[in-house]
Amino acid sequence: MSNKYRKMSCEEFQAQLAEMIGSGENVSENEHIRSCELCRALLADLQTIADAARDLFPVEEPPEKLWEKIETAIKSESTNGTKGSSQHAPHPPKVNL
Amino acid sequence: MPESPVPTQLKSQESNNTRDGASASPSRGKAHAPFTSAATPDPSDAMVLARAQAGDHHAFAILYSLHKRRIYSLCLRMVGNIAEAEDLTQEAFLQLHRKIGTFRGDSAFSTWLHRLAINVVLMQLRKKGLSLISLDEAMEPAPEEGPGRSFGAPDLTLAGAIDRLALERAVADLPAGYRLIFILHDVEGFEHNEIAAMLDCSIGNSKSQLHKARLKLREALRSNAQQEARS
Ligand SMILES: [Zn+2]
Repeated sequence: MSNKYRKMSCEEFQAQLAEMIGSGENVSENEHIRSCELCRALLADLQTIADAARDLFPVEEPPEKLWEKIETAIKSESTNGTKGSSQHAPHPPKVNL
Repeated sequence: MPESPVPTQLKSQESNNTRDGASASPSRGKAHAPFTSAATPDPSDAMVLARAQAGDHHAFAILYSLHKRRIYSLCLRMVGNIAEAEDLTQEAFLQLHRKIGTFRGDSAFSTWLHRLAINVVLMQLRKKGLSLISLDEAMEPAPEEGPGRSFGAPDLTLAGAIDRLALERAVADLPAGYRLIFILHDVEGFEHNEIAAMLDCSIGNSKSQLHKARLKLREALRSNAQQEARS
């Protein structure tokens, strides 16, 4: 039974929408969307949101001092060895023969 | 006659990412650089990586400076708090330091590092246990979310205009799992296959979760608009 002979309902169309959009299909060419104002509006809104997302939360620079903190923590880990890590023996134990 | 063509580049914004991370412009990570495939890293990056894996502290410092912006920004976007984002970034790089030797190069390094940072963030979110649902929960299809829910009168469309702050607020209010997918895909520009690798989920899952996240944002923005219209 091909879909060709029967119109897709909004529900059916929207159920497929995530996959259509995600796979990069040209959804605006879809037969349902061309005849359905509601779904067209939905798609336009989703597009607007996705477009607007690019300008959200600009990339930020962490403060300079963060690296110092990280370095300090790394050093203390490598001298203490253990801290939550399994490989706490940077040097193999001495074997006394 | 398609007199109102709907733009449909909803999916991959291939020109909209800096997945190489390294060459990100200082102010914004989203330089519209030509798509740099994750599979073809800069050879000098590979050298730095190899040296860092061998325990070279200077090389590790370079790795930090190459990736700090993206990791810090991801943390900040997820928790919305500077002090916390700093702590999480520190923890992520400490983990990196511990685990860098285990990186095998079967994914892009930046993807691998993101995955590591995401786990740090999620652990923190779980610890706080706020009103956040876990990623696993977010990955489960939510039953109340039938496709019918997105119906609405056409006069309530966002009409192509979104207030940035309102959208940022709506994103911050998303459950953590949705927020994460939305940030990774729509804000940071990762592809579904990369996100699936980062989150250990299927590509189809990534697509449907992103779709749900956008639907939730639309709902939030519309109810915002309605409230404003009433007041
Ligand atoms: Zn429809």
